[in-house]
Amino acid sequence: MLEINDLHAQIEGKEILKGINLAVKAGEVHAIMGPNGSGKSTLASVLAGNPAFTVTGGTVTFNGKDLLAMSPEDRSHEGLFLSFQYPVEIPGVSMVNFMRAAINEKRKYYHQEPLSASDFLKLMREKRAVVELDNKLASRSVNEGFSGGEKKRNEIFQMAMLQPKLSILDETDSGLDIDALRTVAGGVNKLKTENNATIVITHYQRLLDYIKPDFVHVLYKGRIVKTGGPELALVLEDKGYDWIKQEFDESKGK
Amino acid sequence: MSAITQYTDLYRELGSRIDAASSPALNALRPAALAALEGSKLPTKGDENYEMSDLDALYAPDYGLNIDRLEVAADTDEPFRCDVPNLSTSLYYIFNDSYHGSGFAQGQLPSGVIVASLRNADEACREIIARHYGTVAPIDDPQVALNTLLAQDGILVYVPAGVVVEKPIQLVNLLRANSALMTNRRVLIVIEAGAQAKMLVCDHTQSHDVDFLNTQVIEVVVGDGATFDFYDLEEASERTHRVSSMWVKQAANSNVLINGITLMNGTTRNNYHIDIDGTHAETRLLGMAIASGSQHIDNHTYIGHNVGYCHSNELFKYVLDDDAVGAFTGKILVAPGSPRTEAYQSNRNVCASSRAKMYTKPQLEIYTDDVKCGHGSTVGQLDQDAMFYMQTRGISCHEARTLLMQAFMSDIIDGVRLDALKDRLRHLVEKRFAGTLAQCRSCAASQSCHSKIKKK
Repeated sequence: MLEINDLHAQIEGKEILKGINLAVKAGEVHAIMGPNGSGKSTLASVLAGNPAFTVTGGTVTFNGKDLLAMSPEDRSHEGLFLSFQYPVEIPGVSMVNFMRAAINEKRKYYHQEPLSASDFLKLMREKRAVVELDNKLASRSVNEGFSGGEKKRNEIFQMAMLQPKLSILDETDSGLDIDALRTVAGGVNKLKTENNATIVITHYQRLLDYIKPDFVHVLYKGRIVKTGGPELALVLEDKGYDWIKQEFDESKGK
Repeated sequence: MSAITQYTDLYRELGSRIDAASSPALNALRPAALAALEGSKLPTKGDENYEMSDLDALYAPDYGLNIDRLEVAADTDEPFRCDVPNLSTSLYYIFNDSYHGSGFAQGQLPSGVIVASLRNADEACREIIARHYGTVAPIDDPQVALNTLLAQDGILVYVPAGVVVEKPIQLVNLLRANSALMTNRRVLIVIEAGAQAKMLVCDHTQSHDVDFLNTQVIEVVVGDGATFDFYDLEEASERTHRVSSMWVKQAANSNVLINGITLMNGTTRNNYHIDIDGTHAETRLLGMAIASGSQHIDNHTYIGHNVGYCHSNELFKYVLDDDAVGAFTGKILVAPGSPRTEAYQSNRNVCASSRAKMYTKPQLEIYTDDVKCGHGSTVGQLDQDAMFYMQTRGISCHEARTLLMQAFMSDIIDGVRLDALKDRLRHLVEKRFAGTLAQCRSCAASQSCHSKIKKK
C-alpha cells in the first residue's frame, strides 16, 4: 500500500529525514517510536503534504501512485489520513460545515453527487458513536475550546467519517488520560479492517497496549535504525532509547 | 480650485429649479449650506482622517444631476431575484435620489409611524422635518453642506414615542442611468422615546457600465430609552462611488446597533458619527468590508461619549484581495466628566493577496478617570495551519480559503439582531467569497486557487 524509499526532507534548510525506508501493506499496523527530535512528526507531515517541509530526495508510492506529486487534498481523497498531534482550532467554521465540505469534496473527486443533508447528518450521528463524541461538540467550531481529549476524539471521528485506507496517528496518546486513551484506541480498533492500514507514531508503549502493532520501528536522527515485532516496544519501555542511540552512534563511529 | 465651486456655481445658476422640484423644508437650509461652502474645501488625500481617500477628486468630475426630477424607470424585481428574497419587511424604494414609495406597505405600519418622502411631505411630516432636519449633521462639514445644498428628496422615518415597529423597515436604493449621474439622498430618522425600530438599507446599482457618485447624509435622532437597529448594505457596482455620512444622536438609556456592510462597490467612503448625549446608553457599531479587484473601502467612525455610564462596542473587519485598498480610521472620545464609560474598538483585517493594502488608525482619547476602554487593530493573512489542516481532510485550497474568510466575518454577522437577515447575510457573504454574488446578472467566474474573492 505504502512504499517509502530513501526519503529525505528538510525544513528551513535543515535536513530532518535522512533516508527513510518503510513498506506498509494492507491490514498491517506499524508503530514508529523514537526519542524526541528524531523526525517522527516530520515523517507524518511530509506524508500528508505539509508545505512547510521540502522533500529533497527519495520516493513515496501510495497504492501505486506517486504520493509526493499530489496536493494534500488529493492525498486525502486517495485515502491518506493524518491524525494531528496538535489539532488546529478553526474559530467560526462549524464542525458540520467542515465535515460536509470534506465529505462532498471527496465525493466530487470520485464523480459522486453530494450527500443529501439527511444522509450526511445520519452519517455524522453514526460515526460520532465510534468515539462517543458529544453532539454538542459537533455543533461547535472546529476544535475551538475542545479539551485535549476531545480534540483527539474529534480526530478519530474525522477518520471514521473519511474512511481512509492508511491512517497515520501522530502522538494520538499525548495529553490523554487513561479513559480517553481507551476510547480513542477503541475507536481506532473499531475502524480496523484487513483492507486498511495504520501507522502509529508514539513516544510511549502505553498506546500499543490498546492498538497492537505488527511491526515496531525505531526512528533516530532521521533514519529507521531498528525494526522488530511488538516485543521491541516492550524492550524500549523497559530500557529506554539510550541503548539504541549508543548502538547507532557506535556503528556510525566505526 | 476646489471641486465644491462647480456645485455652488450650479446652485447660484439653477437654484430656483432645484428649489422648485423640492420641498420648503429642504429648501430652508440651502442658504446656510451655500454660506458654509463659501471658501471651504473637500478633504483630499492626506488630510486628517482622509489619509487614503481623496474626496475632492471624487466630486470633481462633471456628473449629471436630475434637478428637474425626471421619472426614471427602475426594475424593482431585478436585484431581488437572488439577493434578499423572503425577508418580510415594509419595503420602500428610492430610484436614484427620488422617493418612490411602495404603495402597499403604508398600511402595515403601526399607527402614528411615518415613512414618507422628504419632498412630498404632508403637513404633519413637514412639522417633524422642520423640527429635526439639519439638527444632527453639522452644516460646517463640507459633505453635509453639499448634500444639504443639492438634496431634493429622500426619506423620513418617524416612530412616535412608545411605538414598537416589529417588521423591519427596508429601504432599497436603486441606481440606474444611461450616463454618469450624481445622486444626493437625504435620510431623516426620528425614533422617539421608548420606541423601537429596525431598518435595513440596501444600495444596488442596476447600470453597471455607468459612473455614479452616490452621496447621502443620514440623520438619526434616538430618544430616551429607544432602540434602533440600522443595517446598511452596499451591493453596488465597480463604477459606483459612494460618499455616505451617518450622524446619530443618542439620548439616555437608548440602544443603537449600526452594521455597515460593503459587499460590492467601486469607491466607498462611509462616515459614522455617533454622539452619546444621555447616560446609560448603549452603542454597538459593526462593519464588514469585502473588496477585490481595484475596489476601495474607507470607513471612518467617531463615537463621542459625552456623558458617563454608557457602553460602546465597535468592531470593523475587512477582507481584501487582489489590488483592493481598505482604510479604517476610528476614534472614540471620552469627554471630560464621563465616568464609568466602557468603550471598546477593534479593527481586524485580512489581506488575502500580497498586493492588497490595508491602512488602519484606531484612536482613543480619554479625558475622564474611572473608565474602561480598549482598542486594537490587526492586519494579517489567513491562518496557514488551518489551511493545511482542512486540506488534509480533502478540502481544496479554494474551498478552505472561502470557509476561513467566511468564518472571519462570522462575528459581524452574529451581531445582527434579525434572524432572517442573519441567514441572508451569511448566504450573501458565502456567495461573495465564492464569486457568485451577482450570478443572476452575470456569472462567468471560473474557479482557481489564486483568485480568492471573485468579482462578479
